[in-house]
Amino acid sequence: MDKVCGMTALGLSAALRRRELSAREAALACLARMEEREPQLHAYLTVSRDEALAEADAADRRLAAGEPLSPLDGVPMAVKDNLCTKGVRTTCASRMLEGFVPPYDAEAVSRLGRAGAVLLGKTNLDEFAMGSDTGTSAFGPTANPIDPSRVPGGSSGGSAAAVAAGEALFALGSDTGGSVRQPAALCGVVGLRPTYGRISRYGLVGFGPSLDQVGLVTKDARDCAAVLAATAGFDPHDATSSRQSPGAYLDGIGDGVRGMRAALVRESLAEAEPCVRRELLRAVAKLESLGARVDELSLPFLKDMLPAYHILGSAEASSNLARFDGVRYGFRASGVSDWRQLIRESRSRGFGLEVKRRILLGTFVLTKEQRDAYEKARRLRRKTASSMAAALSYYDFLLLPTSPEVAWKRGEKRDPVAMYRSDLFVVPASIAGLPAVSVPFGEENGLPVGVQLVGRAFGERELLRAACAVEEGRA
Amino acid sequence: MSTRYETVIGLETHIELKTETKAFCSCAVEFGAEPNTHCCPVCTGMPGALPVLNAKAVEFAVKAGLLLHCRVSLRSKLDRKNYYYPDLPKAYQISQYDQPICTGGWLEIPSGGGTKRIRIERLHLEEDAGKLIHGEGGTLLDCNRCGVPLIEIVTMPDFRSAEEVTAYLQLLRERIRFAGLSDCRMNEGSLRCDVNLSIRPLGSHALGERAELKNLNSFQFAAKAIAYEERRQAAVLDAGGALFPETRGFDEGTGETFPMRRKESQSDYRFFPEPDLPPIVLTQEQVARWASELPELPDVLRERWRATYGVNRETAEALTVTRAAAEAFERAAALTRFPKLLATLLAADPARLAEGEIPVSAEHLAALSDLLGEKTIGSGTAKELLALLWKEDQDPREAVGRLGLGKITDRAVLEPLTREILADSPRAAADYRAGKKAALQSLLGQAMRRTQGRADPDVTRELFLASLQAEPRKEE
Repeated sequence: MDKVCGMTALGLSAALRRRELSAREAALACLARMEEREPQLHAYLTVSRDEALAEADAADRRLAAGEPLSPLDGVPMAVKDNLCTKGVRTTCASRMLEGFVPPYDAEAVSRLGRAGAVLLGKTNLDEFAMGSDTGTSAFGPTANPIDPSRVPGGSSGGSAAAVAAGEALFALGSDTGGSVRQPAALCGVVGLRPTYGRISRYGLVGFGPSLDQVGLVTKDARDCAAVLAATAGFDPHDATSSRQSPGAYLDGIGDGVRGMRAALVRESLAEAEPCVRRELLRAVAKLESLGARVDELSLPFLKDMLPAYHILGSAEASSNLARFDGVRYGFRASGVSDWRQLIRESRSRGFGLEVKRRILLGTFVLTKEQRDAYEKARRLRRKTASSMAAALSYYDFLLLPTSPEVAWKRGEKRDPVAMYRSDLFVVPASIAGLPAVSVPFGEENGLPVGVQLVGRAFGERELLRAACAVEEGRA
Repeated sequence: MSTRYETVIGLETHIELKTETKAFCSCAVEFGAEPNTHCCPVCTGMPGALPVLNAKAVEFAVKAGLLLHCRVSLRSKLDRKNYYYPDLPKAYQISQYDQPICTGGWLEIPSGGGTKRIRIERLHLEEDAGKLIHGEGGTLLDCNRCGVPLIEIVTMPDFRSAEEVTAYLQLLRERIRFAGLSDCRMNEGSLRCDVNLSIRPLGSHALGERAELKNLNSFQFAAKAIAYEERRQAAVLDAGGALFPETRGFDEGTGETFPMRRKESQSDYRFFPEPDLPPIVLTQEQVARWASELPELPDVLRERWRATYGVNRETAEALTVTRAAAEAFERAAALTRFPKLLATLLAADPARLAEGEIPVSAEHLAALSDLLGEKTIGSGTAKELLALLWKEDQDPREAVGRLGLGKITDRAVLEPLTREILADSPRAAADYRAGKKAALQSLLGQAMRRTQGRADPDVTRELFLASLQAEPRKEE
């Protein structure tokens, strides 16, 4: 068990091909790890053991025949519970979707299925992915595997915890405003938010369609490249997915950063905790020693992006979550006398506090009276996107911390605004639709720190090459 | 209504586009199907399902705009209109708010002996909602109509009477149907119309408080609702009362409008750009190509046929029932020496013309009307032949020969026939001689019956007359 659970996805893949172990053994190892750690971690909401073993057996037959579907054939994975899985309940960690079993797979999930990856189960999240510590889940919080008294980050906290704990070799998450990168940083794993449109959003129960992206949680940059290769690409069912062909993400991933130009975002230093600042500067020194040039760059409106993000994200959420009305599926309030009451009561009882807060905020900013704030946020978004694109026409990537701090104690942040503030550095890439990756670099009292690299639109290949160098330069 | 007021009306018309599939998914568009047989995760608003715009819906909307002389926006966008209703699965309607696909057109309608231009403010694309079926056990939801593409056409307040409204709707329906963009059936809901009506003192230029009339399921009901509403508003003002903006329904039973809700409480739909769909971007070439695919307008065709072929209005209207019928006539008319006869022949069975594609080639239609014009066949035979060609397209000249349908002009054949008839009908002969000239018609009718309509009427008449006048009158 320990052997499998400590492997990378590509490491396991090689072992499977050499038949040193079977896909069934790999799945069983992760399931055994779950039995050991889940009572404490609660990373999973649903474990589909029987289906997983059946899929693993099918992978073993292909591997035995020497006909694996892809490098991920037989590799066990976890999927955030806001990505639809055909025949497996999908709750978004909300009472609202209790008992909802989708009749279709999310496109990213079906692509991984076609690649042979084995779905172990569905991971916990903040309700409807709204939160930063997986504390708003209607089914209870998830703990950080490194220190279970601390949060795993969020909203893809279940996915990050599962990968960090060896309960899956990689996981899918979603990243609207940092929901993959921030928990990856807090749990000491790699988290990638690809360029907007790189992975289909079909089947992702997102909340802000112009910001949502399917994200990846992996053990290292190479795994990330392999999973991206399996999931990226145009999908005719997502009108916002890109027709640009995916890159050969693994090719030259170990070629290093010599000659690359990076920019450290100056404002981020002042906003980060000292330990995070220290590790970020150490990463800069490391990159320089590896032959990259690192300049400082100012993004003066960095702090304005957070409110802009919350205005835009909540506005879209208020509309996107309106379909949960108790009429066609999911939770329906009983004891109501007319349709208005049915909708009102189903939503009042089905949604949790944070979701209601954002629906109210979003509804408010879209009213005629508050229109200025919404339009201002849209303008700021365009400004952010164009100034970041301008910087990236010269620099290969931007450097920022992922989270301003290391994993905090569970229950510590009760003020929602303090919680929102933890997304300060992850929101800019979301707003600009750019790819960004968080890589573990250093630690503070045993708690991991992540550094964030933001790349050019559809420049995931170069971005992961740089991430790989940071990763290999750590220690 | 009182002659001291003038009525001011603007229309909002919703038309369901006749695309094969829905606006944002690949479910079929079909009226009257079993409930919930044409729906999928997208049109039922399942979590995570995403819309993808049907390019055909855009094409149809633009074509409708071109028929109404609109400007086509090369860049427009879709927006979300947010409101809760159980027939709206996503709780928002994908529509167009501030950048509609078409703006600023017009339609010229007949009015008071002349014509009048009704200005079109905008035409935009949106999706239809589902249908609620209220029953004893509760209310059921049919999602077949969810996501069917609609266009909404908004006019300026240019109408002054119910007659103008009806004329506009008729012309609009004819054009949209003729171009194959919609069936425009009010009873099936594929054409729906809201009337915005206010009145003002004659000579005034300010607009009064308007009522929006809904649930108008036929042109007739629209006219009735307008007439009632004009009277009601005038009565309120005459009694010194005040009008206020409101939405009113129409009761088909009483012919009266009734209040539904006041407009002050109008909801804020919180429109914002639809993030799941990129803007609609068109090229000048694309729009030009679509324009070139549109048929000539039916009113233009009718006028040309009148001027060049002498086809009367009723006949021309029957021929413009569908684009296929009009085009079939156009092609065949160019090939025959008797286009007017062809028009009359085709228009005689309007139901068959309206069915859809015309299964007879232009050459054969032309040959048929030539046979008729040359008097090789009579009109009865022509109708029979047309029915035959409709079942199986073939050369009518060959059919005439093969089936022996040609007109009989041979006196050697017809003379014995007329004698035989006169012998069998002494009464008719006597009547004729007594001055009842109509008796000749009955004799001719018998000749036609006995020859299955093939006897040449001129020759036969001549032979009857010769016999009747030759025989001495017994009384004398």
